[in-house]
Formats: sequence, C-alpha cells, structure tokens
Amino acid sequence: MIRNVVIGVLVLAVAGTGFWGYQEHKEKNAILINAENTYQRAFHDLSYQVDILQDKIGNTLAMNSRTSLSPALTDVWRITSEAQNDVGQLPLTLLPFNKTEEFLSDIGDFSYRTAVRDLEKEPLNDKEYTRLETLYGQAGEIQKELRKVQHLVIKNNLRWMDVEMALASGKENTDNTIIDGFETVEKTVSGYSESQTGDPTYTSSKQENKNYQNLKGEIISKKEAVQKAKKYAKMKEPIEVRVEENGKGAKYEFYSISLLETGTNTEVDMDITKKGGYPVWYINNRDIQNSKLDLNKASQKAVQFLKENDFESLDLFESAQYDHIGLFNFVTLQDGIRIYPDSVKIKIALDDGSVLGFSADDFFQSHKKRDIPKAALSVEEAKTKINQKVTIMEERKALIVNDLDQEVLCYEFLGTINQDTYRIFINANSGREEKVEKLKNSEPVYENLL
Amino acid sequence: MKGISSKWKGVIATVLAVCCLAFSDYDASAFTSQVIQKGAVGDDVIELQARLQNIGYYHGKIDGVYGWGTYWALRNFQQSFGLPIDGLAGFTTKKKLADASNFNAKFVHEQIQKGNEFTYYGGVDIEKQIKPNTNKKNTNTTGKTNTSTKQATKSNQKTNTASNLPAGYSQNDIQLIANAVYGESRGEPYIGQVAVAAVILNRLDSPSFPNTISGVIFEPGAFTAVADGQIWLTPNERAKEAVIDAINGWDPSGNAEYYFNPQTATSKWIWTRPQIKQIGKHIFCH
Repeated sequence: MIRNVVIGVLVLAVAGTGFWGYQEHKEKNAILINAENTYQRAFHDLSYQVDILQDKIGNTLAMNSRTSLSPALTDVWRITSEAQNDVGQLPLTLLPFNKTEEFLSDIGDFSYRTAVRDLEKEPLNDKEYTRLETLYGQAGEIQKELRKVQHLVIKNNLRWMDVEMALASGKENTDNTIIDGFETVEKTVSGYSESQTGDPTYTSSKQENKNYQNLKGEIISKKEAVQKAKKYAKMKEPIEVRVEENGKGAKYEFYSISLLETGTNTEVDMDITKKGGYPVWYINNRDIQNSKLDLNKASQKAVQFLKENDFESLDLFESAQYDHIGLFNFVTLQDGIRIYPDSVKIKIALDDGSVLGFSADDFFQSHKKRDIPKAALSVEEAKTKINQKVTIMEERKALIVNDLDQEVLCYEFLGTINQDTYRIFINANSGREEKVEKLKNSEPVYENLL
Repeated sequence: MKGISSKWKGVIATVLAVCCLAFSDYDASAFTSQVIQKGAVGDDVIELQARLQNIGYYHGKIDGVYGWGTYWALRNFQQSFGLPIDGLAGFTTKKKLADASNFNAKFVHEQIQKGNEFTYYGGVDIEKQIKPNTNKKNTNTTGKTNTSTKQATKSNQKTNTASNLPAGYSQNDIQLIANAVYGESRGEPYIGQVAVAAVILNRLDSPSFPNTISGVIFEPGAFTAVADGQIWLTPNERAKEAVIDAINGWDPSGNAEYYFNPQTATSKWIWTRPQIKQIGKHIFCH
C-alpha cells in the first residue's frame, strides 16, 4: 500500500518536474528567438540602409539643380543616422567595427554641412564633388561586402546569438562567417581613411581633439607635479602620495596624482600636464553634509581660487546649487568678449567654502590669445535678425564654435518668449543666426508629484 | 485635546506671522542674510519667488529654484524700484521687496508640501489660487507639517520639489546613467565612477557609437552590467553625484571611449586599444 502511494507521488513529481522543465525550455527558447530576431532585424536593416545610401549618393552626383540637391543631401544625412542606429543595436562592440561607424558619420557630416549651406550662393565646388564621388565608390564597396555577409547569413541560417557567445567567450575557432565578414567590411573602410584627410575643406570629427597644443612651459618632473598638487589640495600632513604617468595611448602627457590625507581619510585626485604643469582636473571626494555658505559667497571663493592660481580674466557665467555643492562655470573674457570654448568649472563645498573640484579640460584644449576681428554689424543691425516675438533682455559679444566647427564672433542675446528664456547667437559679420537654444528651467522632482 | 492644541498652535503661528510682517522694516524680512543669486535653491528662493509673484513680477511656479524666470522677474523689480539691476537679491533689494510685498510663509510652504498647484498673487483670495493635488498619497503628511511654520520649513528642506540640472539632461537621463555606472563600478573609487560616467558621455559624442544615452548604454555587448542585469540595482547617491560631475565636465578618464577590467576581460581585441591610464581596477583606453 505505502509502496504504491510512494510510487504514485514519485510519478507525479517526475511528471510535474518534466512539465515544469518543458515550460521553462519553451520560455527560454521564446526569449532567445526574440533576442535573435532583434539582432536579425537590425542587421538586415543595416544592409538595406547602406543599399539606399549608395543609391541616394549616386543620385546626388547626377543632380544639377540646387533645389533638388539640398533635399537629396538631407536624405543622405538621415539615412546615415538610421544606419548608425542599426550598427548600435548589433553586438559588435567587442569587434573592431568603429571604422565603419566613423565612415557613416563622415558621410553624415559631409551631407549635413553641404545640405544646410545655401547652395544657390555657394554651390558645390570641384573638391566637394570629387569627395562625393569617392564617398559613392566607398559606399558601394561596403554595400558589396555587407551583401556578401547577408547572403551567407541567410544561406547558412547563421545566428547572431552564436556570434555574441563566441565574442564573449573569446573563442574564435568556431565558424564565424559573420565576424569574418564584418572584419572584411572594416578592413575595406580603414583603407580609405588616409586619402580622405587630404582635403582641406574636410573637417572630420577626429580633428576636434586639439591635443593641448597651445600649452607653454617646460616639462616638469614627478616631484614638481606632486608639489603643485599639494598646493592645490591644501591638505595637512601626513599625506600619502601616489603618482602615475599616463599610458601610451594618451593624447597628451600627464601625471595622475592622488593624495590621501590620513588624518581625515580625504582623498584628492588630479591630473597635471607634464608640459608646463597645468592642472587638468581635480576632485576632492569629501562628503558634504550641510550648507553654511550661500551660493553668492561660494562664487566669491571660486573667483578667489582662480586668481590665486593664475587663471586670468575669467567671467562667471553660470552658477547652480546641487544639494550642498555650488557649481560655477567661468569663461575667458577678452576685450569684453566672452570666449565660450575656454571654460573652467569649479565646485565649491557649501559647508566651509573649500574647492571640491575643478575642470579646465576645455580651457587648456582651446585657450590661446586670439586675434578677434572687428564686428561688421552693429548690435542694432544684429537685433533685426532676431524673431520679433522674442523680448530681448540682455546682449553682449561672444565667441562660439558653430555647427561647422569654426570659431565665430557673435552677438549674444538673452531673450524671453512668455515663460521661456532663449540664448541666441547672431554672427557679427554675416548676420547668420548661428545658434538658438532654449535655456533649461528647473525640473520638478517627480517623486513628490506621484 | 489634540484638536485644541493644534488649533492653538495655528493661532500662535498666525500671530507670529503677523508679528513678522509688522516688524518687517525692522529686520529687512524673514529672509536669511544670504545674497540670493541665480542657481540657488531653498527657502529663501521660495520666499523670493512668492514675494515677486505677490506684486505681479513673477509668473512661474514657486518651486524654490532660482532659474531664469525668477532672474528676469527680480531684474524687472530692481528696475522699477530704482535699484542696481544685477539679478542679485542682496540686503537692499530684499528689504525693498519685503516692504512692498506680503509673504505668508505658512500658506506657501503648506501648498508646496501638499504638492498643490498654486499661485500667490496679491489682491486675490489665496485660497482661490490653489489647485489641489488629486493624488491622496500626500495628504497624510500634511497633518504633520501644517502645525507650525517652523516645522513646515524644516521638513521642506529635506524634500525639494524641484532641482537644478545640467543643461541637456533630464533627471531620468541622469538616473539611467547612474544605473549603468553603479552596475559597472560600484566597488571602484569615486573618480573611477566619474570616469565610467565620462566614458558613456564620450561615446555619446563619438562618431563610432550611438547618439543617444539609451543607445550607448544598451548597445549589445557594450557593458557587462547591462548583459548580466546588474544595471537594475538601485544606484546610491554617490553614483548620481559621479554622473553629474561627469556631465558638468569632469573627465578623469582622459577622453577614453573604452575601459576594461584586465582580470576579467576575455576579448583579445580590447588589449590592442591604446591605453590612457588605470583607475582602480579599470584600464581606460581609446
């Protein structure tokens, strides 16, 4: 009797486990297929976008009328962004596929710049036309390679999930048509990158890194760097010091210094350039529990800090309070003109007014003595270029970097429409509206609204 | 008994408020001594906004964050009252403002506490300017907070109803990056966390990566924390601070676009990237 009951229970248990296992298996498969389909869609979509891209660039080559060229180039720009989006959804981060993405972004940049230009006044020049032709050819090559991979994927029923597994485990001995295929695409593209840079009108995103070339001064030693760091940190001995030099891949030479004040367990980390010993950034990790200073007093502390450390003629243009920290953004002021690319940010602790951090990365990358040309337009002339609905509240001269990565002298206007505030830059020479941005209002904390 | 005591407290509070108004010439106002400047947050800003609204200069929400709306309102006030137009609420400005306007601290803080939508224009019955928050969750807190102005002010400091944010990012964006940073590097030193956040932002700017925050974070294979689900751990405040630092321009990584843990990295390719530096357990590279 008991035996029968036990057998019955066991049979039920086995059947139950089996059923449960089957359910789990089904669910797992459903999820796997789902993930696989997402990858497949992104991949086939990419291949499709590159197809269209190539066609569209081909079309622009044949176009003569300016009126049709602008929309066509805009379309090219849109498609490149879609294609980039597709690449971003594929598990390729572990695969060197960045050249292809950069190529797409280059086409995007080029088509955008030419599309937004008034082609009636300034038509495509010969160089740009040649460049368009090269892009056409290159897009064709990529298309061909991608189609090959696509064909193999369909023919052999290849799964992206396997690619991901292979990449993650680092074992590449399995048959990886997809990986190999993409590597070929990548090689095809990297072959081009040399020839492209010869064109002077071509500004790729790579050139944005200015590599601190404007820094002056001698190379400093480790010891000097530590001394400088101690001067900034204003800590009490005993201090534990760690210094490291930059790795080989760094764009400029620097020391990374970290100081630990053993008494309070406060740590300060900073990078100092080897050339000239300039502080790139600085962070003190102290925890701030309360506020004794107001933002205004803190801003005076920030100004004082800049003076002490030979940052000259900087103008405070933004301040904000985050809990017990005041954040201040300064820009260079040259002949009364705000130089927006040269910015220095400073964090002040609101409990004792000490400097919690500063970042002069942007400043050192772009700071130099500039010869600023006289403005061709007067303020009044520039004002006429602004939308009538904007009530202008403030105006000044400023130097900004525009969409085309050029430094341009502008009139800056702050104005309002109803409750919103706008910052508008009008080119002081051409009268072009270089930039219009809606300035941020505070955001409600949603937790309190729910 | 309870009812009576709270009633008495209410009376005392009103009396106190009246006293404050009566002596307003005497001590400038209920403002603290700070010079209120754009970007500030807190009770002084609430008072500033309420007073400016009371006399018809400020039309935005009274939320305790000194933003552009408050800035222009204060400058317009300074202009009409013959004060130097600098957008700073210093002693003279605060005094003039306090003389010209009314401020019912209890009423204003109570509405903020309750999460009500309200305005504080002069010449209109204040009770008519409230649009109550329909959600009931907040009503239980009001019992604690409306007994006296002082208490209301105190608890208000803990929960701000609005906050400053770096341009171009919403609280949810910051939260999402903080999730990724916490999942990826919660055992790392603070600057290591700032550096991870900076890498995410560098990828956002880079032509080799997607152009949205979610695109960068959820790119398949990009972050292990996304792959193994650790991204959904609740990040601490420190991770959020690290993200805000990175957004505000701190980049300890030296403009890196990749990083990896040399002990756990399986990909051979990652070792071929030019290395910039090591912070904690992570090597940062281009």
